[in-house]
Amino acid sequence: MSKAAVMGDWDSIYGFGALGLDTFRFDPDDPDDAAKTLRRLAEEDYAVIYITEGLAACIPNEIERYRFDPQPAIILIPGISGNTGEGIASVRKSVEQAVGSDILFGSGK
Amino acid sequence: MAATTINPTRMELTRLKKKLVTARRGYKLLKDKRDELMRQFLDLVRENKELREKVESGIAEANRSFALARSGMSDEAVRVAFMSPKQEVSLNVHTRNIMSVDVPVYDFETRTPDSNDIYSYGFAFTSGDLDAAVGRLSGLLPDMLKLAESEKTCQMLASEIEKTRRRVNALEHVLIPDMVANIKFITMKLDENERSSQTRLMKVKDMMLEQAHHYSEKNTEPVQEQGT
Repeated sequence: MSKAAVMGDWDSIYGFGALGLDTFRFDPDDPDDAAKTLRRLAEEDYAVIYITEGLAACIPNEIERYRFDPQPAIILIPGISGNTGEGIASVRKSVEQAVGSDILFGSGK
Repeated sequence: MAATTINPTRMELTRLKKKLVTARRGYKLLKDKRDELMRQFLDLVRENKELREKVESGIAEANRSFALARSGMSDEAVRVAFMSPKQEVSLNVHTRNIMSVDVPVYDFETRTPDSNDIYSYGFAFTSGDLDAAVGRLSGLLPDMLKLAESEKTCQMLASEIEKTRRRVNALEHVLIPDMVANIKFITMKLDENERSSQTRLMKVKDMMLEQAHHYSEKNTEPVQEQGT
């Protein structure tokens, strides 16, 4: 049985704790701690790790490492401070990688 | 073309021809694989985009409700309310095979079947907005898992497409043309060798006839006219 985790600042993630997801809170000022925890969670049995866009922006390399591994799936979610567009950018990146150019989001830009 | 040295022998030629047939077959198969992967990927990525938009707007809405709830409660009270969650979510991870890419499928299970266990607090000291916010978030959970599934699938397919495309291109633009050029080089070389041995034989035959019959001595008279 795998688990799901949520990482981010407390204001953005405390609600997910009530649903039964494991929450890990971080200050955006301390990216090293977040990177370490992400690595630990990836090695443990966490299949899905939701991470707020704000925190993800601090540790892009760590997230990139797991992009093509089957587990864990690291999914960006908007935090309390609003949507930065990082999440949809990650989808766009997949399209660009596969197709060679952005064909889905071109009209929106 | 013939950057690496190849032996212009018949054995090498047969070997190269066999290799070319395999390479062409592999190229066709890989091209089909790439096209099918691309078709599936485009469907999935559209779904991914829709799900993401849905989840992002859902989370934004839930966050608004949380903000509303917290305006009526002290920070302390909110912290206490969420201190010990009652519910627990565990995931069952299966894999699905899309064109030989193993992509994950998530089923989630909650520890208790009671859907009200998401409210980990007493209702006496919390505002009603908090219940609405948590309820909203809980309604979003299946979509969030679907999003995780579809996003991971898209990422894995994208990398597989990239790999396949590289292979197809390498076969199409490097390996196959190289092999064709090498085969041409060997056939030319073999033909050339054959012609050269044929001319050598003809020359030897001429020389032997010359020795036997002395043709050139008999033909010297008419040549001298051109000299004046």
